[in-house]
Amino acid sequence: MKKKSIVIFCFVVAVAIALNLVAFMGLPGAMSSKFGGMLDSNTGIRQGIDLAGGSVISFQANADNPTESEMETVRSIYETRLNGAGYTESRISIGEGGKITIEIPSGSNASSEEEAESMTATEQTDAAVELLSQVAKLTFQDADGNVVLNGDDVTSAKSIYGQPSQNANSQYYVQVEFTSEGSKKFAEATAAAAAKASPNNIIKIVMDDTVVSSPRVQEKIDSTSCVITGDFTAEDSSMLANQISSGNLPFEMTKISQETVGAELGRDALPTSLTAAAIGIFLVMLFMIWRYRLPGLIADISLLIYVGLISLAMGVFRVNLSLSGIAGIVLSIGMAVDADCIIFERMKEELAVGKTIRASVEAGFNKAFSAIIDSNVTTIISCVVLYMSGIGTVTGFATTLGIGVVLSMITAIFITKFLMRNLVNIGATNKNLYFNAKKALGGAANE
Amino acid sequence: MNKTFNYSGNKVKFLLLPIIIIIAGIVMYFVHGGFNFDVEFMGGIRMQVDLGQTYENDEIAALVKDATGLDATIQKSGATGEAAIIKLPAGDAEDGGESNKNAVFSALKDKYGLDDEALLSVQSASPSFGKQVQQKAVSYTLLAILCMLVYIIIRFDWRSGVMAVAALAINVLVMASVYTVTNIAINSTFIAAMLTVVGYSINNTIVIFDRIRENTKTRRRSESITEMTNRSIQETLGRTINSTITTLITIVLIYILGVTTIKQFALPLIIGIVIGAFTSIFIASTFWAAWKEAEAEAKAQAAAEKRASKKKTK
Repeated sequence: MKKKSIVIFCFVVAVAIALNLVAFMGLPGAMSSKFGGMLDSNTGIRQGIDLAGGSVISFQANADNPTESEMETVRSIYETRLNGAGYTESRISIGEGGKITIEIPSGSNASSEEEAESMTATEQTDAAVELLSQVAKLTFQDADGNVVLNGDDVTSAKSIYGQPSQNANSQYYVQVEFTSEGSKKFAEATAAAAAKASPNNIIKIVMDDTVVSSPRVQEKIDSTSCVITGDFTAEDSSMLANQISSGNLPFEMTKISQETVGAELGRDALPTSLTAAAIGIFLVMLFMIWRYRLPGLIADISLLIYVGLISLAMGVFRVNLSLSGIAGIVLSIGMAVDADCIIFERMKEELAVGKTIRASVEAGFNKAFSAIIDSNVTTIISCVVLYMSGIGTVTGFATTLGIGVVLSMITAIFITKFLMRNLVNIGATNKNLYFNAKKALGGAANE
Repeated sequence: MNKTFNYSGNKVKFLLLPIIIIIAGIVMYFVHGGFNFDVEFMGGIRMQVDLGQTYENDEIAALVKDATGLDATIQKSGATGEAAIIKLPAGDAEDGGESNKNAVFSALKDKYGLDDEALLSVQSASPSFGKQVQQKAVSYTLLAILCMLVYIIIRFDWRSGVMAVAALAINVLVMASVYTVTNIAINSTFIAAMLTVVGYSINNTIVIFDRIRENTKTRRRSESITEMTNRSIQETLGRTINSTITTLITIVLIYILGVTTIKQFALPLIIGIVIGAFTSIFIASTFWAAWKEAEAEAKAQAAAEKRASKKKTK
């Protein structure tokens, strides 16, 4: 019994250490590419805009009761446009009532790295707002402005460098592919245009309200594609192609808020908070040993497991960590030992009335149980309500605090209890290891 | 056992501390002209600019007035106070204030010789959006409190629920006072701080109520409800103090070591946690006991012939 308990005890301590190693250093060896630790930028937590710097832009749909699928369309269009423009790290979330929020970490524009570096955070925001604000309605119109073809008739568009036609100079142009319906319409439209006299023998290619180009048509063109030329730079043509292929929005979107955070603002937030957390954990551990002696040490092992678990959870689920989220986690470390305090105080009371260690441990846990559950459920309730509010930073905070509360309850109820029982089995039965017997028993002994 | 402090007997005196803080909060509310709402609650533009030198708030305000015709609020920020947080009302600008932002920044650039990097952050929100967030924040806070009230009523009795929420209301007012006294901007992290304190102080209150619930079952006839409540508070005092200390250790460290934005979040939390523990120990259950006692007395008088009913359990 005793030997087994010692083995179990050592095993739990080893697990606690291993857990923290994995949480912070990542999986060993080749597996580190799957999870490289909580702080790994590729597989660990995502830093929120307030930490990493970047842009947060919110749009509101100009439509009554936009449906979910319409909002999904908006999202995928935005996604295509952002990715097309190189903002591959951006995150898009749909809110209620036709609201959509886009977060773009600063310097994430990968397509033109040099440019991204020279771009200030505010310029990035402005560029992104411009990119997303366009309705991107592509139409082909005849000379009188009648729409002969629109974005629905187009399957894809790509930016190409080369000769758009024989005898033309090499340049950037956009090649548009039609649907079968589209190529039929295009053939009809070109036939009609070719029949007209100059200068009305044109097809205008219009993006939103801007005429991109208006080529002359000499004859009916029976083709599944056409090219758009117009003295484009590389950027112009790839942007146009990107916009055409991402399609047009189901309705206009109005920008309702935008926020830019310079990277230097949040730069120190994470390291300083990590330092605060490390010192905090150490002090809390010392405090627990000072107040509760041997059980305090057990609580410390549980706390270590808790820290490992929460760091692992943050990392594995790639939680979007904001400033208030950091505060939430660090706060939860202090609160994590609360359940242990409730239990140990109960144990002390049981010991003071003269029960054995073993009986006190059991009674302590049983009597503390309802207090732990009731007090934590209320905190969880407020976390759930906060999460539902959908207010940006608040949801992040609610997530981290909520995970923290649940994990701390689990570690206190299961791991602390498990270790305490083993401690008793090992034979640590000197009451002085558990509390200041002289002080607590002083009153009782005189009875 | 240990001599029990008469918490209940001094309950009215204990109310003084939060009341003083709240009065200070109300005074500062008028001194500062209301809450310092951030643009996400008000609409408008908030820009943070590193001026690279010390400055007078008035000179920036005058400069903004010249550039846009709007009255801006200026707040010093950064470790050395060389950065400025400038808040502009939304006004009737069609573009959400974009042109105002540019006008202000170019005016600042000219005057202080700044480059584009000096614009540390910009936040803009339309007034209707701000109002929406504000309403949402208030309604979700109330919803959270309501849910907790229902839970406490189910698990304890309705008097406990009412007293827990009353203690909570005191905490919320104290927190709001901290924001008016320090003039820290109220934004969505305010909601997070508020609800943390709400959850935390309810947590403390419940541990004490839990002990009262347990002691009620074993209460001797000779012990009054007030005495039993005093005993329950005493028995849980070790836990209340210890877990408040461990929580404070971490949050105070965050305050000491953290960056400004985190500090602004940590300070109200520290005060809220202390006051939350205070109201849990000295206010929630002492007033609960007085209420319960008064009710028991009234019942006893009404049914004077059945004296046994005085011991009626909840």
